[in-house]
Amino acid sequence: MFNLFKFASPATFYPLAGRLAMGFGIASAILLAIGLYMSFFVAPTDYKQGEGYRIMFIHVPAAWMSMLIYVVMACWAAAGMIWHTRLSSMMASSLAPTGAMFTFIALWTGALWGKPMWGAWWVWDARLTSELILLFLYIGFMALESAIDDPRRAARASGLLALVGVVNVPIIYYSVQWWNTLHQGSSIKIVDGGVESSMSEIMVWTLLVMTFACWFYTIAVALCRVRSIILEREANTSWVKELLQGAKS
Amino acid sequence: MLAALRCMVIRDLTLAMRHRSDVLTTVFFFIIVVSLFPLGVGPDAQLLKEMAAGVVWVAALLASMLSLTRLFADDFNDGTLEQLLLVPQPLALIVLGKVLAHWIISGLPLVLMSPLLGLQFGLEGDELIMLMVTLLIGTPVLSLLGAIGAALTLGLRGGGVLVSLLVLPLYIPVLIFGAGAVTASAAGMGADGHLSLMGAILLLALALAPWASAAALRISVE
Amino acid sequence: MDKALLEIRALECVRGDKQLFSELSFSLEAGSLLHVHGPNGSGKTTLLRAIAGLVLQECGEIRWNGELVTQQQDEFNRELLYLGHHYGLKFELTGYENLKVFANLSGSETSEHEVEAALTRFGLAHCVELPVKVLSQGQKRRVALARLLLQPSKLWILDEPFVALDVAAVELLLEVIRTHVASGGMVILTTHQEVAVEVGSLQHLHLGSSVRQH
Repeated sequence: MFNLFKFASPATFYPLAGRLAMGFGIASAILLAIGLYMSFFVAPTDYKQGEGYRIMFIHVPAAWMSMLIYVVMACWAAAGMIWHTRLSSMMASSLAPTGAMFTFIALWTGALWGKPMWGAWWVWDARLTSELILLFLYIGFMALESAIDDPRRAARASGLLALVGVVNVPIIYYSVQWWNTLHQGSSIKIVDGGVESSMSEIMVWTLLVMTFACWFYTIAVALCRVRSIILEREANTSWVKELLQGAKS
Repeated sequence: MLAALRCMVIRDLTLAMRHRSDVLTTVFFFIIVVSLFPLGVGPDAQLLKEMAAGVVWVAALLASMLSLTRLFADDFNDGTLEQLLLVPQPLALIVLGKVLAHWIISGLPLVLMSPLLGLQFGLEGDELIMLMVTLLIGTPVLSLLGAIGAALTLGLRGGGVLVSLLVLPLYIPVLIFGAGAVTASAAGMGADGHLSLMGAILLLALALAPWASAAALRISVE
Repeated sequence: MDKALLEIRALECVRGDKQLFSELSFSLEAGSLLHVHGPNGSGKTTLLRAIAGLVLQECGEIRWNGELVTQQQDEFNRELLYLGHHYGLKFELTGYENLKVFANLSGSETSEHEVEAALTRFGLAHCVELPVKVLSQGQKRRVALARLLLQPSKLWILDEPFVALDVAAVELLLEVIRTHVASGGMVILTTHQEVAVEVGSLQHLHLGSSVRQH
């Protein structure tokens, strides 16, 4: 724990984040290459859905990431509120755009997948609807943060919003599911097991590789973003000035 | 403690009474929004009856939100908010008092108006009562959750639009169960499940939202 | 009288990304007045707000009676009266109603008579029943100041309390402050007015490029 707190100081974290971002970035690129190769050429054609199902290999990891990132973001926000560490709130805000991006990808690929499967670009399915609401939550977080000029207030206010959001996410999710089962006519039946039950081992592996690629990508991008946030917020401190001096000469 | 709560409620109600037009604006907004729907979708009685609960509920969300921006803004601008932060009472209690007053001013009139609007849409008997009951349980939740958004966006440019972006997603469960209860009772299914879930949400909001709003106020007043 | 009630240790406040002051330490015992000096933008208001608990300091501690203020917020608030740039009054309410709300919220038993007496002392006897919005700037300020007479707070934090007051009101306020200090109260204020106290101690704090205390 002590080590962690040592790295909670932006000055020590900045160079470390640079090295980590590089490492995770390379790992993510390699995994993504392998994962894409596997999803297009190695994984077999699905007997029910044909080739169209392959979009799952990006859709499912994106949907997982979108939810996970929000929870991780809320954890960072909570840590920032409890220990008043500047770095925690910076981490929270650096994750938000990536989370929103994955949410958008999940929605978009979901629509692309939905057209051949359900015959409609959009259906008011419980998971699609929750995903849409999650996108609103991400956008609210980013909008609030950018509307506040003072970076300290912005970090604290958006952190609180993330916490309020994370308490509400399960409630929203279950209410949307309930709403869906109530209103769902017999016209559209979304059989979730359609893919997964018939999923071969190689499909599972491909999905895992893609998920890890997304994971590493998120970490790498968040670290890059947190580095620029650190520079921006700590612009007046001596270590940043020294760093910039070094970069110029 | 209760004396402080009562004092806050009375203070805010007195202020609202000296600005009666603000209260009426919210109610008329509610009525106008509801009345626009038949003009938009056509006078088909069957369709309107099916839509009634959803329309009234969505209008209630919007009306409640319209009045939210003023919940703390006036107190913030004239400096009374910082004085309220400094009284020797739990800030959550002060917030609760303000929220309660806000509900009496902007939520309760909607509840009382709703049967009239329900009639316009062809709802009858039990459905009208159900509409009123759901609004009675649901509108306090709107005020409680809305207070968090209002506190977070205090003094920001474009605060009104921002507040809707932050708060509307949080309103979704109330909307689903509120409108769902009316639809369920119209379809002859019991609405007890909906109502007890709404009650649970109300209790949860009552327990947590004042604290969250209090924390948000401390951040925003700084 | 020798025990320091309010202690500030190594206080640092920032606004935006500008550091206003750091390593600021001082203590204040009962029956003393602290006059905070400094040019505009030196952080006078922020310091007062930080002590009142309205602004979160970047680092440092504020102690009341030896304990951290944040751990006894209600007790500290009971001992504190902060009057800032804003009047802190609802313009739609009368002076009487305004004062009554704060008296009720601070939990003190204040009678109708006491509130009227406080307003009368500040020369507002005729505006007890008038909404604050019809009063002049100076009269509004006086309504806000009347709270000083109503709440039994030990520590007064006054940010530019003399602004908009006429000569008579300035004299009156000085008198009220002197009485408070003489009876063991504490006052922290910022003003360009010379403030002298006969009883108790007078301290000066200069904020600005270099923080010094004498």
